[in-house]
Amino acid sequence: MGAYEPGMANMNRPLAKPIPRRGFVELLLGGGFLATAAAFIYPVLRYFVPPETANLGGGSVVAGKVGELKPNSGKIFPFGSRPGLLIHTASGEYLAMSAVCTHLSCTVQYRPDLNEVWCACHNGKYSVDGRNISGPPPRPLETYEVQVRGDEIFVSRRLEG
Amino acid sequence: MTVFRNMINWLHERLEWDDLIKLLRKKTVPRHRLSYWYFLGGITLFLFVIQVLTGILLLLYYQPGANEAFESVQYIMTKVQFGWLIRSIHSWSANLMIFTAFSHMFSVLFLKAYRKPRELTWISGVILLVLAMGFGFSGYLLPWNTLAFFATKVGTDMAGQVPLIGHPIMIFLRGGEEVTGATLTRFFGFHVAVLPAVTTLLLLVHLLLVQRQGMSVPPKVEAEWAANPSARREIKFFPNFVLRELMAWYVGLGALGALAALFPWNLGVKADLFASAPAGIKPEWYFLFMFQTLKLVPSKVWFIDGEVLGILAFGLIGLIWLLLPFFESDRVARSKQWITGLSVFALAYVIAMSVYGYLAK
Repeated sequence: MGAYEPGMANMNRPLAKPIPRRGFVELLLGGGFLATAAAFIYPVLRYFVPPETANLGGGSVVAGKVGELKPNSGKIFPFGSRPGLLIHTASGEYLAMSAVCTHLSCTVQYRPDLNEVWCACHNGKYSVDGRNISGPPPRPLETYEVQVRGDEIFVSRRLEG
Repeated sequence: MTVFRNMINWLHERLEWDDLIKLLRKKTVPRHRLSYWYFLGGITLFLFVIQVLTGILLLLYYQPGANEAFESVQYIMTKVQFGWLIRSIHSWSANLMIFTAFSHMFSVLFLKAYRKPRELTWISGVILLVLAMGFGFSGYLLPWNTLAFFATKVGTDMAGQVPLIGHPIMIFLRGGEEVTGATLTRFFGFHVAVLPAVTTLLLLVHLLLVQRQGMSVPPKVEAEWAANPSARREIKFFPNFVLRELMAWYVGLGALGALAALFPWNLGVKADLFASAPAGIKPEWYFLFMFQTLKLVPSKVWFIDGEVLGILAFGLIGLIWLLLPFFESDRVARSKQWITGLSVFALAYVIAMSVYGYLAK
């Protein structure tokens, strides 16, 4: 019963005693097949890995225009391939942060009635500076640097350190 | 090793495949000086499996649609790791598969393997070849490049030339009056769903018939064996023939990998619906003999359009080809000559016209 090995092609030939040469040939053949299989499987495995998206939000983007947002409101803007949240606070300050909830990656929104950032999926809440204050979110939202130049609001990732 | 053996035993207690193995061991394949031709069908099957596997891989990144198709193939070729290799293998294997299928067909003709009782195997095989060409035609459009765009325009236009049913067929193929993104959507559907389903079914029928009836022995060899019974040779299907076939596949895999790595398929230029056709435009090589023939037919023959006449003639020849085994009468001596003659002529014609089409400006 056992695996059918390549050597079985000659099984009807009577074998007087085991020949080490045969084992060697089988090893060579089996090793060759394994090497070939590896040569074809390796590219396929690499192929499965999607290439890095060019821009995950490294640079500086224009999140909106001055005057576009009323005080005490917020909007979602594309920051690279992910959504960002721009908030115009009641005091007139512009704040920006990642809009991806740290719980299960839903997109959060600004709630003017609470003055908080709220995630509709599981009722997670963050303060306007991104701290997780209630509900399931385990970590604060990443906050971004905001610069107003002319009438455009630029958002960029904070430099490390 | 014992774990493996235990697993095998566990399965065996439940499936009891001894009788199946016994059947496989009992099955034999005739062995003679021409038996190498038997491998061509198996290699075609192997290349089809490669097509299915690489096709599924391409589906991970390919996007159908006039605005995305070209860019997504470009993405596969330039950004995805080993994407160029996967696509090249798919293209090379497609072309080699058509080639081995044609070779398989002509070897069956010359070895007279289509005769009673194998008429159904022949018919299913010819239909499979037509399906393979359908795969080629529909797959060719998917990268949405200029050559593919015009090849599809011309190809579907030809279908439209057929009297009465031609125009509706063309509309069906194109998804409208013109070749547009709608055509691409349809061809994608044909290529990845309709054709694979039909081909797989028919392939199973084809293989079942081959298994049931066994390999044919060419009449010449059969006569030699009848005169000298001790010359009759057979080998076991399992494992002897299977292992030989596997070695042929292994060599085929090596050749395919080398071709794809050394001569990657190029992508061409993105199709522009409002650009002129580039000079010297030609279809894929396996359509060249028909393409060249149609170019040579005069525009009017008596009162019929040359194009229409050519297409109808090819349709008629195709039908005769499909039914070829039925023209062979039982009086072997009489009929076998003309079918072999016809096969030689057909092969010579296809090769000559392909070469002429390839070289012609």
